[in-house]
Amino acid sequence: MEIKVLGPGCAKCKKTEKLILQVINETCVDANVEKVTDMMDIASYGVFGTPAVIIDNNVKCMGKVPKKDQIKAWLI
Amino acid sequence: MELNTNRINDTLNHTPFVRIALGAGGICLWWILYNSLTKISAWLTYDFLPFQQGSHLGSAVEFFLYDTPKVLMLLTLIVFFVGIIRSFFTPEKTRAFLSGKSEFAGNILAALLGIVTPFCSCSAVPLFIGFITAGVPLGVTFSFLIAAPMVNEIALGLLYGLLGWKVAAIYLVTGLVIAVLSGWIIGRLKMENHIEEWVALSTAAAASVQEEEKNWNDRILYGWDAVKEIVGKVWIYMILGIAVGAGIHGFVPEGVMASIMGKDSWWSVPFSVIIGVPMYSNAAGIIPVVEALLGKGAALGTVLAFMMSVIALSLPEMVILRKVLKPRLIAVFIGVVACGILMVGYLFNIII
Repeated sequence: MEIKVLGPGCAKCKKTEKLILQVINETCVDANVEKVTDMMDIASYGVFGTPAVIIDNNVKCMGKVPKKDQIKAWLI
Repeated sequence: MELNTNRINDTLNHTPFVRIALGAGGICLWWILYNSLTKISAWLTYDFLPFQQGSHLGSAVEFFLYDTPKVLMLLTLIVFFVGIIRSFFTPEKTRAFLSGKSEFAGNILAALLGIVTPFCSCSAVPLFIGFITAGVPLGVTFSFLIAAPMVNEIALGLLYGLLGWKVAAIYLVTGLVIAVLSGWIIGRLKMENHIEEWVALSTAAAASVQEEEKNWNDRILYGWDAVKEIVGKVWIYMILGIAVGAGIHGFVPEGVMASIMGKDSWWSVPFSVIIGVPMYSNAAGIIPVVEALLGKGAALGTVLAFMMSVIALSLPEMVILRKVLKPRLIAVFIGVVACGILMVGYLFNIII
């Protein structure tokens, strides 16, 4: 699974990444997490709020830190 | 703290009855505590702590012990309710709402939506691109980007708590007027070709996510999360601001600010704006200082102008926006907004 966390690196984006890594650890799913911090790259995904989470090219959430249960639901 | 929060979350997930009882009880407690702050702070300063009534230090300490809990309590309440209001809005909805709107009405809508749409200041660039590519006019986008930081719940809550509803209302209205007019002027100047070229080339289709249904339980939790996040972030600035304010309150002689920031010195308004623009602080840090300055004879218009320029225009924001705007458009943006703030400052110095 390819997970991308989009955000310039503010507190919320870091929190999102941390939560996702936590869930991956807990659930032992096979996933690759990549951070996208460049503004042009972020824009190229069509999102207009950060942090945003993209899983296998589907935008799962944008503009807010997702809840842990939500992340679990996406991963499993 | 974590445990505590979890427990509160658990409780909130319980029956509606428990939740309503908790909320009502909380608000009662809040109200009683809020109304006894004057007595508590005086008791703490002069009876519990060994300060002399009427001394400089005593008056500074009392100011600090009164303002800190007061501001924290107000902030918590207001952030909570604004959080609930914000749970009804998303940037996606706002964008869909604004795209293709006519200019002037669009500017007004954008400024109003700027207050209630939740968005993190670090996503100003993606938001800008998202708006522009969805056909929201440039000027309307600017109205949104100007109103969002300038008129915010923290500023309104603190102004209301420290300076009364009139000042808060003046701030709200003038902030909106500046956002509407500045955006409109920028739109009229037709500066679309001063947006960096790559923005127009970014042809990515706008992403959309399905929004989950929110019930009242979720909205209350959303408000509570906003409290944890915002109050957790700004409390330190606020305490620093109150400490500076307390120092001014206790040690700066009455009326000394009248000569520097008073009505009669015509240069004080532009001077405040020039100092304020590069300064970066949030409302939580600047408003307690402003309160203390007003108490020492600074004029309201001058102080409002200072506050607006600190909150609405900042160097870090310009650095972020430089990624999508060419220098001339940034200069126009700063210039137009600064002129608006100047006029507000003079206006209030004249009429009040």
